[in-house]
Amino acid sequence: MKKLLLASAVAALTAGGAFAEEVKLGISLGFTGPLESMSPSMAQGAELAMKEVSDSGKFMGGSTVVPVRGDSTCIDAAAATATVERLITTEGVKGIVGGMCSGETTASLQNVGVPNGMVMISPSATSPALSTIEDNGLFFRTSPSDARQGAVMTEIIMEHGIKSVAVTYTNNDYGKGLADSFAEAFKAAGGEVTIVAAHDDGKADYAAEVGALAAAGGEALVIAGYIDQGGSGILRGALDTGAFSTFAFPDGMVGETLETNFGAEVNGSFGQLPSSEGAGKETFVAMAQAAGFDGTGAYSAEAYDAAALILLAMAAAGTTDPSVYKDKVMDVANAPGEKILPGELGKALELIAAGQDVDYQGASSVELIGAGESAGTFREIEIKDNKIETVKYR
Amino acid sequence: MDLLNALVAILNYIIIPATAYGAQLALGALGVTLIYGILRFSNFAHGDTMAFGTAITILVTWGLQALGISAGPLPTALLALPVGIAATAALMLATDRVVYRYYRRVRAAPVILTMVSVGVMFVMNGVTRVLIGVDEIRFADGARFVIGPQEFKAWTGLAEPLALRATQVITVVTAGLVVAWLFWFLARTRTGKSMRAFSDNEDLALLSGIDPNRVVAVTWIIAAGLATLAGTLYGLDKTFKAFNYFHLLLPIFAAAIVGGLGSPIGAIAGGFVIAYSEVAVTYAWKKVATYLIPGWEAEGLMQLLSTEYKFAVSFAILIIVLLFKPTGLFKGKAV
Repeated sequence: MKKLLLASAVAALTAGGAFAEEVKLGISLGFTGPLESMSPSMAQGAELAMKEVSDSGKFMGGSTVVPVRGDSTCIDAAAATATVERLITTEGVKGIVGGMCSGETTASLQNVGVPNGMVMISPSATSPALSTIEDNGLFFRTSPSDARQGAVMTEIIMEHGIKSVAVTYTNNDYGKGLADSFAEAFKAAGGEVTIVAAHDDGKADYAAEVGALAAAGGEALVIAGYIDQGGSGILRGALDTGAFSTFAFPDGMVGETLETNFGAEVNGSFGQLPSSEGAGKETFVAMAQAAGFDGTGAYSAEAYDAAALILLAMAAAGTTDPSVYKDKVMDVANAPGEKILPGELGKALELIAAGQDVDYQGASSVELIGAGESAGTFREIEIKDNKIETVKYR
Repeated sequence: MDLLNALVAILNYIIIPATAYGAQLALGALGVTLIYGILRFSNFAHGDTMAFGTAITILVTWGLQALGISAGPLPTALLALPVGIAATAALMLATDRVVYRYYRRVRAAPVILTMVSVGVMFVMNGVTRVLIGVDEIRFADGARFVIGPQEFKAWTGLAEPLALRATQVITVVTAGLVVAWLFWFLARTRTGKSMRAFSDNEDLALLSGIDPNRVVAVTWIIAAGLATLAGTLYGLDKTFKAFNYFHLLLPIFAAAIVGGLGSPIGAIAGGFVIAYSEVAVTYAWKKVATYLIPGWEAEGLMQLLSTEYKFAVSFAILIIVLLFKPTGLFKGKAV
């Protein structure tokens, strides 16, 4: 028995990178499909972290990291599952940055990721359902769950002294997830939700929805929709009929269109959107620019962080075996330890090699909570003098 | 007081918005029904014709605004309308010349013409987007409200607001005028009579010396006018977005079919039936009931159907009408 243990320990050590090797990391994002415009800068973000680690020469005795891209399509769960399966079985990746969208991520995680014991860190899947998924500790995400936004929105609304609201949401996974999680959080905080009504995007007329919302009443209207879509129609209707005068806007509603098309009419309304700020983000954007892509693209910073977390966790565990390093992800992401910003991955590897703790901050101020998802930084905004103004970050 | 509050709530959230929306649908359905009656096919390009006409009107409106010309309290777009109508009519006539005329000459079946109109729809879709883009555009200027919600509350002391927008009044008044003119035109003028004759029996009309090319041209011009008008009024009342006009096609066809394809009066009735049913069936009656029955607080929202189902309502009506009265409420042509 002892011999066997010794043998496996030796085997683990050798596999664990006492010798320089080539470590493959999968990138499973929707390179085709509805979010195809976002994917390139996300993949480049992840590859930037991999290159930085490789170039430092301090990763697992000088190992290099090789990215392998796969197309998750964002909407086709079967295609995403096949892609992840290929990455694991054919390419032999040691970790995956992905998937991109919530539904596809759930499918590939349950069908391939968990059975194969593969660590997956998604930069952009935000469905609350992923918080409670049975993942054997293999799944993490560097973006906040929509449930978190629901909780933040509850805080902000309560701070405005509003105790009863009507909620309308755009009829898709994003809208429904956000509306449900908000309604739950708001009720738990002692507030009253008078109605939760869906609206469809791109419809000719929203009189029916506005009528129902107005009849239900409330001190404010929460619009979990898109400013370029039905959310705009609902807001217009609610303003014109005088049904509501105060509004709470989640991320989909905070945009330039809100200022130009509504301006003075929504003065005094407020909202929030996920947003990273500070030195980490700025450094990342500068690095991205030097590497020739746009680091301000949605979830590009989160993708960088996802890749960095996998690699730092490997270093901390001293092995590329997912079933071992999965337990180190939370350690490297959170305090205690020296704070690590983008561009400091080499330094982080040195610290880890010296047996010290690191607290990875990265490009999106990573702080993993709960089942391993980003707490996220939210920017609270208020519309003052026809302009969207930042109140604070929370 | 409570009775008044209930009345104001119904007016503000059902009657006023549904009437304006109904008028917009009715104008759109009139165009569809006219083409169906005289040219004998369902014109799927109608929604995009509306978008094109509105786009031209918006461009001219911007030009007028840049020159400092305005219509006082009325939206500037009303001044730009004639140009929009002329441009749309020219496009319609050109399309007819290039596309539809051939299929008429070979006496193609109506379903082929309908498919051809789908092709035209995609082309116009693209033309409109190239012309003005895909973004949402608000081009209403002038006075916004005839009765503002907050002023109404302050003025009457009622708990419920009442809003009457200038665009809603303009929509209903314009729709009324245009419909009256159209009926007069069809019933009293020589051209109108020849159009009706052509619609009733093409061969007989040709035998009695009616010039088919003239009838077709006039039909396209009127359809272009109606489409531009409907599109502009809709855009003034809501906003302009090319994509939404494409979606408008669905309720417009529902309205035309419910009323009876080919029947002008049916198109108008159908527009209002669809608009009212969408709004009223999904309305939450809780507030009104609380006002009407003193001392009683309703438990739920008293909503017959949630708003997701509003399209189901108009389609249910459509199916029921087609089952029991295939020619529509006002005896149009059977589809």
